[in-house]
Amino acid sequence: MTGLVASGLTDFLRSAVDPQVQVDAIGIGAIYALMAVGIGLVFGVLRLVNFAYGQLVMAGAFALAFASDRDWPVWAGIVLCFAVVIALTMAMERVVFRPLRTQSAATMLVATFAVAFLLQAIALVIDQRDDTLGEPAASLARLNLPWVIFGTDVRKITVVAIVTAVVCLLALVLFLGRTTVGLQMRAAAMDFQTARLLGVRANRVIGSAVFLSGVLAAIVAVMLTVQQPLVTSTFALRETIVVLAGVVVGGMNRLLSATLGGFAIGYASGLLGGALPTEQSQYLPSFLFGLVILTLLVRPGGLFTRGGGPVERV
Amino acid sequence: MRRVRTTVPLAFPLALVLATGVLGTFFDRATEIYFINSLVSVSMVVALYVFVGNSGVLSFGHMSFVAVGAWTAGVLSVPVEEKPATMPSLFGFLGDSTVGNIPSLLLAALVGGVFALVAGLPLMRLSGLAAGIATFAVLEITNNILRYYEKIGPGLNVFSSVPETTDLQQAAIGAAVAILVAFGYQVSRFGRQLRAARDDAPAARAVGISVYRQRLIAFALSGALAGFAGGLYVHFLPISVDAVYLDLTFLTLAMLVVGGMTSLWGAVVGALAVSGLDSVLAEAENGLGGIDLPAGSRTIVVGALMALVLILRPEGITGGREVRLGPLLRSRSQKEGAA
Repeated sequence: MTGLVASGLTDFLRSAVDPQVQVDAIGIGAIYALMAVGIGLVFGVLRLVNFAYGQLVMAGAFALAFASDRDWPVWAGIVLCFAVVIALTMAMERVVFRPLRTQSAATMLVATFAVAFLLQAIALVIDQRDDTLGEPAASLARLNLPWVIFGTDVRKITVVAIVTAVVCLLALVLFLGRTTVGLQMRAAAMDFQTARLLGVRANRVIGSAVFLSGVLAAIVAVMLTVQQPLVTSTFALRETIVVLAGVVVGGMNRLLSATLGGFAIGYASGLLGGALPTEQSQYLPSFLFGLVILTLLVRPGGLFTRGGGPVERV
Repeated sequence: MRRVRTTVPLAFPLALVLATGVLGTFFDRATEIYFINSLVSVSMVVALYVFVGNSGVLSFGHMSFVAVGAWTAGVLSVPVEEKPATMPSLFGFLGDSTVGNIPSLLLAALVGGVFALVAGLPLMRLSGLAAGIATFAVLEITNNILRYYEKIGPGLNVFSSVPETTDLQQAAIGAAVAILVAFGYQVSRFGRQLRAARDDAPAARAVGISVYRQRLIAFALSGALAGFAGGLYVHFLPISVDAVYLDLTFLTLAMLVVGGMTSLWGAVVGALAVSGLDSVLAEAENGLGGIDLPAGSRTIVVGALMALVLILRPEGITGGREVRLGPLLRSRSQKEGAA
């Protein structure tokens, strides 16, 4: 029995160090990290876990499918995708987040559940106008073709994803560190009440955080659509669930730890997906979420945070 | 008088459930389905309430207990001769035995409770977001295993040939049992300790309450009720693994929050209100009284209304309070005094 486990483990490790598996895993990790930043930014200023984030991405994907269906040039489709996602994000903030800002975390989370459910229902109705499942967004598909580097297939989108993620994260670091709004956003994430007392305008800070998370959702929408050109109403749903878990595992209190958590879970799922033998790969979610539970038990405050969690004293 | 007053929070939910059951008998079989469905929802939401309402910790994992209960009751109550057709690769003892309706429901409750207890042993140490995500992870794992492991159930197929014993009567009795258990728990010392910990955890710790142990008790009990509700569900409809996954998780949580998370009355009202609305809209999609909604618009309306209730009345329809006759009686006696 132990021999079997050991040989299974050796096989797993041998496939895990395969460059192909590594490249794909890093590519998934990069996209998940971007989603984690989008979720983490909003959480920082609002203490709100936005479950409907995946539906923003889904809306962007539908915009791309719409443009592709009408043979628009690729750039026009991407512009439409950004416009739709950002408009939807801002509307969501205005209509749902703002009235609920003072409510408990549970109420806000369930409200974003309701929004997610609503957007998904709308998407399903749109999808079902014709009798086929899903709307194809084929115009972006050639980004999915591979370059062969040292015998490893590197799909163009993987390179694009990694580069975009790095550029976005650097831009974000500069924005948060070097601009007034960025400073205010960090202050608001630390202590919202005090920040307001010191003259930080709540609506402006929240508005910019939500706007940035919308931009990131649009970027993710483009990159996911390249990889999965058939857009359905459950588009990006699984990814969002996994990223939410990753963000909490990484540590929600700091943007950096949340981002690392998103990357880590994307990387882990890419690794497990690429290295598990086929008859076990259908149990990938069990392995992944088993790891999530284990990590949460060992480090409930977050994998990438320092010090223990705060203990409330009387 | 005092005794009467303390049972009011039990009497009202029970009366509402029984009234729903009685009302359902006036309709034909096709409409009766909606009433049965809403009563099964009541038992699920009450099960969820026992943990979420009393502890204040959100759980996304309860549908895994419902699923496990449904699998237990479903697999065990399919007649032996029909098992090879839908579930060819069952474990020996599961394939060779079959049990009746009531035993299958009790076993569903038992398996749901034991599963919740085992899962809760490590998970109840967590709180806040970590607890929420960990319970979600339990749902993902359970769903994943039930979906592909064909030795314990039908895998991706639907549960066909489970005896459909959940009629209006059984659904109403089941919901009433769930309400009775939930009420019994919330007035017991365990329930009161957990509610104290929910409202002020440091103070509760200071008077010697073990928050972990109280949460674990509630989690196991609510897992048992959820398993029982799953048993009722599988005896009502031929369900598949997708019926007890994300959509149902969302719907039951929304029912609880819309009704009012912190009261039994809220759980029952929320379940009946949302499923009632859903039923009316389902009928409207088929053309009802001149209104003819396009297919799929039902979920849009339900989702929009739930978001609306949460925005306008975040404490839920009942405000999270139990029914009390106190204010009514007092105002009457004051009027009498004035006269």
